[in-house]
Amino acid sequence: MTQKFTRRHVLAGATVVAASGFVGRAQAAPAAEKITQTLIDAAKKEGKATWYTSVDLPLAEKVAKAFQAKYPGVSLKVERSGAERNFQRISQEYASKIYNCDVVNSSDAAHLIIWKREKLLAAYVPEDVARDFPATHKDADGMYASWRVTLCPVAYNTKLVKAEDAPKSYADLLDPKWMGKIVKAHPGYSGTIMTATQQLSRDLGWSWFEKLSKQKIMQVQSATEPPKKIGQGERAIMADGGEYVVLEMKARGEPVEVVYPTEGTPLITGPSGIMAHAPNPNAARLFYAWSMTAEAQQLNVDAGGLRSAHPKVADKAGVRKFADIKTLKEEANVVADKADSIKAQYVKYFKV
Amino acid sequence: MTARFDLSRPLMMAVAALLAVMIVLPMGWLVVYAFADKAGNPTLANFVTLFTDPDFLDPLITTLIIAFSTSAVCCVIAAPLGWLVARTDMPLGRTFRVLVMASLVTPPFVGAIAWEMLAAPNSGLLNQVWRMLTGMPSDEALFDIYTLPGLIFVIACYTFPYVFILVANALDRMPGELEDASSMLGAGTWATARRITIPLALPTLAAGALIAFLQALNIFGSPAILAIPAGFNTLTTKIWSLFAFPPKPELAAASALPLLVLTVALLRTQSLVLGRRGYAVLGGKYGAPRVVRLGGLRLPAAALAIFVLSLPLFLPYAALLNTAFSPVSSQFVTPETFTLRNVIFTFRELSSTLPAMQNTFILATLSATVGAALSLLIAYVVARQAIKGWRFLDFLATAPLAIPGIVLGVGLFLAYTRPPLTLYGTLWILLIAFVTIELPAAYQQIRSAFHAVHPELEEAGRMLGATRMRTLWDITGPLLRASAIATWCFVFVGVIRELSAAVILFTSETKVVAVLIFDLKESGDVGAIAVLSLTIVVITTVVIALANRLRGGRASLRAAA
Repeated sequence: MTQKFTRRHVLAGATVVAASGFVGRAQAAPAAEKITQTLIDAAKKEGKATWYTSVDLPLAEKVAKAFQAKYPGVSLKVERSGAERNFQRISQEYASKIYNCDVVNSSDAAHLIIWKREKLLAAYVPEDVARDFPATHKDADGMYASWRVTLCPVAYNTKLVKAEDAPKSYADLLDPKWMGKIVKAHPGYSGTIMTATQQLSRDLGWSWFEKLSKQKIMQVQSATEPPKKIGQGERAIMADGGEYVVLEMKARGEPVEVVYPTEGTPLITGPSGIMAHAPNPNAARLFYAWSMTAEAQQLNVDAGGLRSAHPKVADKAGVRKFADIKTLKEEANVVADKADSIKAQYVKYFKV
Repeated sequence: MTARFDLSRPLMMAVAALLAVMIVLPMGWLVVYAFADKAGNPTLANFVTLFTDPDFLDPLITTLIIAFSTSAVCCVIAAPLGWLVARTDMPLGRTFRVLVMASLVTPPFVGAIAWEMLAAPNSGLLNQVWRMLTGMPSDEALFDIYTLPGLIFVIACYTFPYVFILVANALDRMPGELEDASSMLGAGTWATARRITIPLALPTLAAGALIAFLQALNIFGSPAILAIPAGFNTLTTKIWSLFAFPPKPELAAASALPLLVLTVALLRTQSLVLGRRGYAVLGGKYGAPRVVRLGGLRLPAAALAIFVLSLPLFLPYAALLNTAFSPVSSQFVTPETFTLRNVIFTFRELSSTLPAMQNTFILATLSATVGAALSLLIAYVVARQAIKGWRFLDFLATAPLAIPGIVLGVGLFLAYTRPPLTLYGTLWILLIAFVTIELPAAYQQIRSAFHAVHPELEEAGRMLGATRMRTLWDITGPLLRASAIATWCFVFVGVIRELSAAVILFTSETKVVAVLIFDLKESGDVGAIAVLSLTIVVITTVVIALANRLRGGRASLRAAA
């Protein structure tokens, strides 16, 4: 007998798919896990883990050192590159069945959505995430959680620009007096900038970018580089870049100051997740779980100038409170679908 | 006929097969991809995009401008300097020659980064000094390295040594008699130069111009570092950007083909043009070349030479040293600000440093050994016409000269990310890339050395019953030791300098120092870059010095015996 598909079959099938999808939601994330001695022992047996991240390299290495100090016997290798390049590398490596990455962190939250869709992530919910993290900072299915939160503000070199002359808004950056004095990072390389570009093009319009591109900006790649360029005095103003890098440089005494533009500052969450193909799954879990604890999150804030989704973590002293800053709405799901057209539009104006 | 099994034939076949794997397969995939769409159907659409879309056309034109200008600049600088060193009594001539060779140890992308430290328009050290001296306002700049001329300048800095060495060596070999005859017939120094010396040196200069052109055409590191901040692309940086997500390998392959075709065409033209002219100045015994007395111009000439050397050598290394020990790269280091922070960070905190160093030196040693051995074998086969297909081997060993590093990277990536040979993610794919890139130059060095060894010596060995391999090992090998070591060093340095293929082929487990430096550049960690660059340059120099001692030591022993 040949099976004949009728519309009813298809409808029935669709209902089943929809129902199972719903059931999947209802089951949601696996139960929360504590860091147990069993996990630590299993991780030590593996002895190592590789962490792909786009966070500023010195901070990434500090995090690795703190983890290794806490769990001697498990070494953490940092693979630091721009979020968009890490994303590309993981897809390139996975296409050749090369599984190097254990834990991944991206400053472009859309990446985690895409990896989840492609079933590249393993569900795991550390105790802190389950108990403390707000719902907006964790995946309902337990695939990822916001390891870091930061902003993408404007900043300037205080030796080159007086506080009263500094730009206050994105509109101010278009003033001809800043011609040739602005440095800016690239959405094709940096997840922070990709995320910010989506928010700014939505709220200010692409025409703002078109005008900015006429300001003879210096184009760099990573969101961690504009702060360093203004620190060196190579340019007076940065149009975008990681807030945490500026805050950390300022704490070190370098002549930089943050501006939170009046239009609002792009909000950047940087989730982490464990890869389903992690070659060291236990070490991956241990590092992931530890990285979400209040202790590790406080290190991000104190040593790195980051913000945290963990409610038990205190803002850094002398830094404007997160709650007092007007932020733009982050739409990772939109970035997940539009990243390519955002990049193409950007290249149209900025040529590289 | 000897009854003993001669190992040479299968070995030669293996070499031919290896060359096919290294060159034919990647280039084949490159062509296939260039003429296919995403689904694999044949199409010319990629080339239509390439030649009509300004996103591709502009980089193509920019690249040509860079290549022509670099070639011209290199000739204008290298020719007079080569003459000064080879044919005049300019002081420090020998030292100058050695230092120009030494400047080749510097990877060009490291030079580009060092020149950013020197000549970035605002924070550049040279601009700061100029402001201090002249009171130039803080928003004006004497130099701006983030421009097309800036990029051409930096590329020329690390390309002119090739032209210089060629010209100086050619002038060394030029027979003095012709010039003597000219002056005896009453021509003055300048007339002799114009009528005799320059025409004789011209073919070499043309060859040098071609090398400079090809280097500039195919370079990746310097444009990636300087052109992107300036807001323009070259063809190589564009190809690289096509590997960003979502990767467009078919467009990358199509963009790579013009580089390939242009390079092949130029090399072909050169052999046609030079092949017809008979500049046989070598042969027989000639007197030493005449030395031109500069008189009062001796010191100005030496000053000029030192100035030129400061551009690829003294200034960049001063900037790297300053950055390595300074808290901020744009500040001059003082006893108060001197810090070891960057050194500690690079070696104690940066977890990629040691693996990358290890990969780099493993690959450099292996590539140098394999490259020198392969060159020896092929040169032997070709020089003695040992097997039937020797012409083909000769062609294959020279062919990679026509393949730009980034193009080879793309081709190898396309060829070896699929079965049966999934090499991507291993050091092997990098080894293949590096050996292939360095093979032509290595092979040509050894081939010319082979021509100096008379076949009679080998024939004697064969007549006494030794196999071909044994003769090669016992007789030819020792005679070629010096050239082989020189070739080994040459490949070693080449691998340390290589970025363009590695940047396409690396994974996190197979990162080399060049790629690590490139990554650090993108996040602006120049302190670590300075420390890493100085470290690899020091290690490379030590390795080269040791290798040369091996050569010199043995040679002098034999001479004494």
